[in-house]
Amino acid sequence: MITSGPRLTVQGLTKSFFGVKVLDDVSFEAQAGRVLAVVGENGSGKSTTMNLLTGVLRRDSGTVLLDGRPLNPRSRRESDEASIAFIQQELNIFPNLTVAENLFLVRPPRVQSMLPFISRQRMHEMADNLLRRVDLEVSTDVSSGTLSTGQRQLVEIARGLAWEAKVFIFDEPTSSLTAREAAKLFEVINRLRQQCAAILYISHNLDEVLSVSDDVMVLRDGKVTLRQECKNMTANDLVLAMVGRPIDALFPQRASTRPEPTPVLDIEAITELGVLNNINLRVGRGEIVGIAGLMGSGRSELARAIFGLDHYDAGVVRISGKQLPPGDVQARLAAGMAFLTEDRRHEGLMMDASVADNMALAALPNFTHPVGKRIDRGRLVKAIADLMTRLNVKSGDAKSTPVRSLSGGNQQKVVLGRWLLRNPSVFILDEPTRGVDIGAKQEIYRLLAQLADAGMAILVISSELEELIGTCDRIHVMRQGALSAEFPRERFDREVLLRAAFGQSYAA
Amino acid sequence: MIQMLRWIPLAIFLILIVIFATLSSQFLTVANLGAVLSQSSWLIAVAVGVNFVLLTAGVDLSVGSAMYLAAVTVCLLFPHQPVWLCMLGALAVGSLFGAINAALIARLGLPAFIVTLASLFIGRSTGLYFSSTKIVYANTLVADFGRGTFLYIPTVLWLAGVATAIAWLLLNRTPFGLYVRSIGADAVGARRAGVPTRATTLSVYILCGAFAGLGGFISLSQTSAASGAFGQNSEFLAIAAAVLGGTSLFGGRGNVWAPVIGSILISTVQNGLALIDANPYAYPVITGSVIFLAALLDSGRSRLQARLERRGMRPESNSPGPAVNPIPTRTHR
Repeated sequence: MITSGPRLTVQGLTKSFFGVKVLDDVSFEAQAGRVLAVVGENGSGKSTTMNLLTGVLRRDSGTVLLDGRPLNPRSRRESDEASIAFIQQELNIFPNLTVAENLFLVRPPRVQSMLPFISRQRMHEMADNLLRRVDLEVSTDVSSGTLSTGQRQLVEIARGLAWEAKVFIFDEPTSSLTAREAAKLFEVINRLRQQCAAILYISHNLDEVLSVSDDVMVLRDGKVTLRQECKNMTANDLVLAMVGRPIDALFPQRASTRPEPTPVLDIEAITELGVLNNINLRVGRGEIVGIAGLMGSGRSELARAIFGLDHYDAGVVRISGKQLPPGDVQARLAAGMAFLTEDRRHEGLMMDASVADNMALAALPNFTHPVGKRIDRGRLVKAIADLMTRLNVKSGDAKSTPVRSLSGGNQQKVVLGRWLLRNPSVFILDEPTRGVDIGAKQEIYRLLAQLADAGMAILVISSELEELIGTCDRIHVMRQGALSAEFPRERFDREVLLRAAFGQSYAA
Repeated sequence: MIQMLRWIPLAIFLILIVIFATLSSQFLTVANLGAVLSQSSWLIAVAVGVNFVLLTAGVDLSVGSAMYLAAVTVCLLFPHQPVWLCMLGALAVGSLFGAINAALIARLGLPAFIVTLASLFIGRSTGLYFSSTKIVYANTLVADFGRGTFLYIPTVLWLAGVATAIAWLLLNRTPFGLYVRSIGADAVGARRAGVPTRATTLSVYILCGAFAGLGGFISLSQTSAASGAFGQNSEFLAIAAAVLGGTSLFGGRGNVWAPVIGSILISTVQNGLALIDANPYAYPVITGSVIFLAALLDSGRSRLQARLERRGMRPESNSPGPAVNPIPTRTHR
């Protein structure tokens, strides 16, 4: 077993799709016992690189050596066998199987090597051992569906340990973890490093990257633009290498003093037993209000209740003074409310439908002829074309390009466009920039500011404090299903907000 | 709540027993209960096979035709042959029938619902063609075997028991069982994890056909004759049995006992209806209601599961604990 030096050596990796080079001569080394961060905008070639390493895609040219031996996997199975563990954003844990079954799904220990029968006892012993190595204290015969996201991720890491993986690839591992779970993950990554695994770490969170990794590699347009040790590097250096220009104004300027806004969205004492506790919230005309809080604090549940996707047990939701019945989405749509869900893949978009169809979906009633309710194609097509330019959606022909083929940022713009086509007066956005690259993020922030300036009332939920601080006029902090604190713009402070999110007892 | 739903079939079972017992004095006799079990043995064999398919989130609507083809083959090709050969013949015909389904579904990627709906009709009419739509008769060896006992237990029950035991072994003690359940939960994820999804899907439909062939043999040995309606509608009974017992139509959830319990429940209903001299037109109404109930229970279970998973607020954020800085501070080497 190699304990230092290059574990994975990649030379001149190149890949084209339909004649377009998405990876161009990418070379790097992942050292044993070190964490190599891979950063870049969406579409810069990070995922393609990982897919080539793990056999999801085949490379056009280039060589990959693992511990000095050529590596050429043709499937995930072969890359697993070659000791590469790929922990993807969407975890590959089967909720109906037990923890032990998940760990040994593909090659469970047998009673005897000649017989096809599983030895349950050995399986549980081995599973116990593995769980201890990732510091996860759950029973091995509990159903995986009962585990939290963080625990499932640890199970997946343990699965890598089961086949003695020498290279671990993490793709946005913290994107759906609570702070505590993330801390645990970093501990485990540290342990993997001590065991001389080489670790590739993909993340959009630059501060996290700089503190977790030993080395960093930046990709831009399929080329490596920076490759060096993290020591003495700042997030700004990374941004510069990622976009080729500094982003000074990631967030648009907002007028610091605003006239007292007239409330458009008025939420009074909303309570959903066990989930939401007496929530009072107002969003005025032209105001952007943020909701911060830890994952699991009830942020998304609040948004769903306001929009009528979930029933609430007590309280009132009003738009411009008009009271809306609980659980009635149609009434809210009619009153001019829009809601961008956090899960665009499952709730927001029809992946195989075209960009235009996706945008038109929610707005069709606004584009019918007054007589006969036929759809006014001409007006619709023009409105969509206008929105595409306004949102700067980068795609082929809107009528034939399926949304699946767009990058994360452009997909999110399509969802935004769908709602904007309806001209809402209240817009609730849950994690509007999750999985979106930095360029598209900036565009989304600008758009929000423009919409607010035009008089829209906007409620933003986000896990990224910087994002809320940069865009909002007011921030509410949510904790354990209740709004625990409110901050106006002049009192925004990262640390204070974070402390409020953790509750006073967490104050450092 | 989910635990409570699990006991509903059992509760219905007990209520039915009470009702039938009060309406007919013959119902609660050892002889009759034994007869119920014997009558359920063919359905157990078929449902245990269908159970595999359901666990992969697939469906097989053609098992009734597989049963009929197996029975016709045994009757026409083996007029004098020994029982073991007839049984092997039935298993072979069932497997072959399943293999055709399997190839179309796993190799060509056609939807299982359409493929097996088509083979349901093709299989039935092929059988009718060979039998010239006449009733076909099993040889006396097979008929005697079907009415015989071994160690005081009817031979057909032994067959159902062996089928269940094999299914249990496959599902709980082999990698194949894990593959089946992982595919049912998330087929794409299973492939990504390195599960041989295609081979597993192929095997599942072949197995289902084989078990249907066995079910056809059991049923034939009991009645010693097969008319053109032999095994008709048994695909729905088999699916209902598995789902009633707790296997999900949406894949992934379930075990071997589900089809066994469900099959016994369904034959109890049929036996009870016969004993209390119910109007024959009421049979399909009752059977239909059972299928409806099974589907209702299943969707109730699945919806509750989904809601519990969503509502489950992360307990972590509620519990007090030491301050945590999510990003560790480390000095670089």
